Amino acid sequence: MHADPRGVLTGVHFIDGDHAACEGALAAGCRFVAGYPITPSTEVVERFASRIPTVGGVFIQMEDEIASSIAIQGAAWAGKKVMTVTSGPGLSLMMEHVGLAAITETPCVFVDVQRGGPSTGLPTLPAQADMMQVKWGSHGDYEVIALSPHSPQECFDLMIKAFNLAETYRVPVFFMMDEVVGHMTERVVIPPAEQIEVVERRWTRKPPGEYRPYDTDESLVPEMVKAGDGYRIHITGLTHDERGYPAMNPTAQDAMVRRICAKIRQHAEKLVDVRMDGVEGAEVVVVSYGITSRVAGAAVAEARRRGLKVGHLRLVIVWPFPARLVRELAPSLKAFVVPELNMGQMALEVERAAAGRTRTISVPHAGGTVHEPEAILEKILEAAR
Amino acid sequence: MSEAETVRRGKGTIFLRIEICKGCSYCIDFCPTHCLEFSREFNRKGYHYPVLARPEDCTGCDLCGLYCPDFAIFGVRFKDLEKLKPPQGPEPLIPTRP
Amino acid sequence: MSATEAPGFKLGVDIDNPVMPYLRRDRIPHIWCPGCGIGTTVNCFARALTESGLNLDEVAIVSGIGCTGRVAGYLNLDSFHTTHGRAIPFATGLKLANPKLKVVVYSGDGDLFAIGGNHFVHAARRNMDIMVVCVNNFTYGMTGGQVAPTTPLGPTQTTMPYGNFENPFNLPFLADACGAVYVARWTVYHVKQLTRAMKEGLNKKGFVFIEALSPCPTLYSRRNRLGDGVDQVKYYKEKSVIKNDANTKDVALGFQSEIIVGKFVDRERPTWLEAMNEHLGRVLGERYTPYGVTHVED
Repeated sequence: MHADPRGVLTGVHFIDGDHAACEGALAAGCRFVAGYPITPSTEVVERFASRIPTVGGVFIQMEDEIASSIAIQGAAWAGKKVMTVTSGPGLSLMMEHVGLAAITETPCVFVDVQRGGPSTGLPTLPAQADMMQVKWGSHGDYEVIALSPHSPQECFDLMIKAFNLAETYRVPVFFMMDEVVGHMTERVVIPPAEQIEVVERRWTRKPPGEYRPYDTDESLVPEMVKAGDGYRIHITGLTHDERGYPAMNPTAQDAMVRRICAKIRQHAEKLVDVRMDGVEGAEVVVVSYGITSRVAGAAVAEARRRGLKVGHLRLVIVWPFPARLVRELAPSLKAFVVPELNMGQMALEVERAAAGRTRTISVPHAGGTVHEPEAILEKILEAAR
Repeated sequence: MSEAETVRRGKGTIFLRIEICKGCSYCIDFCPTHCLEFSREFNRKGYHYPVLARPEDCTGCDLCGLYCPDFAIFGVRFKDLEKLKPPQGPEPLIPTRP
Repeated sequence: MSATEAPGFKLGVDIDNPVMPYLRRDRIPHIWCPGCGIGTTVNCFARALTESGLNLDEVAIVSGIGCTGRVAGYLNLDSFHTTHGRAIPFATGLKLANPKLKVVVYSGDGDLFAIGGNHFVHAARRNMDIMVVCVNNFTYGMTGGQVAPTTPLGPTQTTMPYGNFENPFNLPFLADACGAVYVARWTVYHVKQLTRAMKEGLNKKGFVFIEALSPCPTLYSRRNRLGDGVDQVKYYKEKSVIKNDANTKDVALGFQSEIIVGKFVDRERPTWLEAMNEHLGRVLGERYTPYGVTHVED
């Protein structure tokens, strides 16, 4: 269905990634945001706070990120599309509620405008060092979806996709920005509402009495109801059965955990979203995401100018990781080169997927700025030798 | 006692799901007319449960029902007997011996 | 399995416990210990729901973690069993996203005031329109009797093996100071008064706080040689003094001390949503449509 025009600021704008992300959320139908101030993400909620009163919805600045990350889940169960926004230290505080969203299958979007860490680290400077945290940060087994925009335009476009995926799969979806993308100002085109496709929540058609909160069909994604509709649901963070009732036994645990993992894993191929440039016939493929992909693009161009067959694979959806694609590319390559603003996180995934069929060369960077293109070029040259 | 032996005495009576009683004695200690006593028998979980020892004193005030933390006992006035709805849904699970 | 003194009426067939329709029958019997008072507060809450006249389809209950955290799972309402300490912010989101709902937070003292203390003070400050019921048993029951922020000075707890030397919270004083519009304390001995307080709370707009003292026989009473649950309730009966409108700073609790109970605070203050609508309506004029007043946003 089409976006609600009240939330869509159609036109050509010159705004930064944080503001564009907020507009994307409004266009996607987000009408409840809870957040806590943290650099470099705060502009997202500041804009939401100023826009939402005339769009129709609620922004509340909570007392901390822990509260923000569960207030949105309350709002989701009352029927709203919801989002919270933070950066590294706040994301760390939110981790328990990532697990709650995963086990209760609550659609919600977590925006992480990444900055240098660990701890308080570099509040105003970029990093991409939360990539593994969003995949593995909460205890227990579960699956999430994560997207990584590389421009303000993508902050808008992909945010709509993030909400659509959260609704489709009922998982926490992470929007992995970084300080540079967040604060970079560029042209952002917002189309008319009728050109924006939004996914509505999959409400059940079953009447109360017949409906069971965690019954699923082959999609493995259960239908939802909201509080106040007379279904008298019970939703718990304990291991539960189809009724939503606590079930403290290994059989229920096995069924529940397998399903909440399988509902993403069985759709992993549908969830592949990459941008490929000159990958076919390449000897070396640079794998990048987010802001680093723009620097990597310069290095790839220079390597090609020098006559090397270099491809560029940009991850738009980072989790689930496109493992099959990487595995199939591997045998024909001399190496993958993986630049990222961390000490080698997604490089581990590339290496795992390549499974020894080719080399994986990490180009780590501790953050604080982006790579020099020369640093990436050097590794491409090394890989091509 | 069997149902056949019972007759209506006093103004009201109690009903009890014996098997979900945990013998806390709230109902016995706080009954305003002191008409309840512990049973001599145990239930399946090994608890003594309340019995209406002095039915003529029971007013059916349901204070036992308000106190009962296990939702096992409740009181009813004879004149209100018809008003209480029949149950809807499954009977609470009877605990089995461990 | 049942005992009846009314010939012709068979329990479970012709007649049922009036609390049963409020419970998820298929989850009874519950997990609480013999002599625990949480179930008694649930009886009071069920009766308060009837007396409140609320549409039960529009009442939601949110619990945190712990023994009292299990209340949500037994009530036949839209019910949410969240994470430890975070029932209040979950309830905040639920309420703000659908202002038609009556949202009740039902949790224990450790959950609400140790790990969740910050959320409590801020929800009270904002006058978020939720009712918070705290079953205070002075200890952590589910984890085995550790010291709580409400444990009086003196008694032994597993993590205060030589007796508690930490000063406890005076919960009504805390709630009052943070801006709650309704503050009451009762015990599970005071079932009628507790029911009335809950009913008043359900019909009150704004941040309502009700403290219900309840025995933990297994981990508090027995460990401190205070007898069974019923002995604690007898203590509540003997040592309670009803002082409505008492100054909340005078209602602190000591070990087996006198207990001041009553309705301490009942006042009016705009709720968070009322304040938002009033303020934004004034500042933005016709551009602003009051939220959650005339209709609920879908």
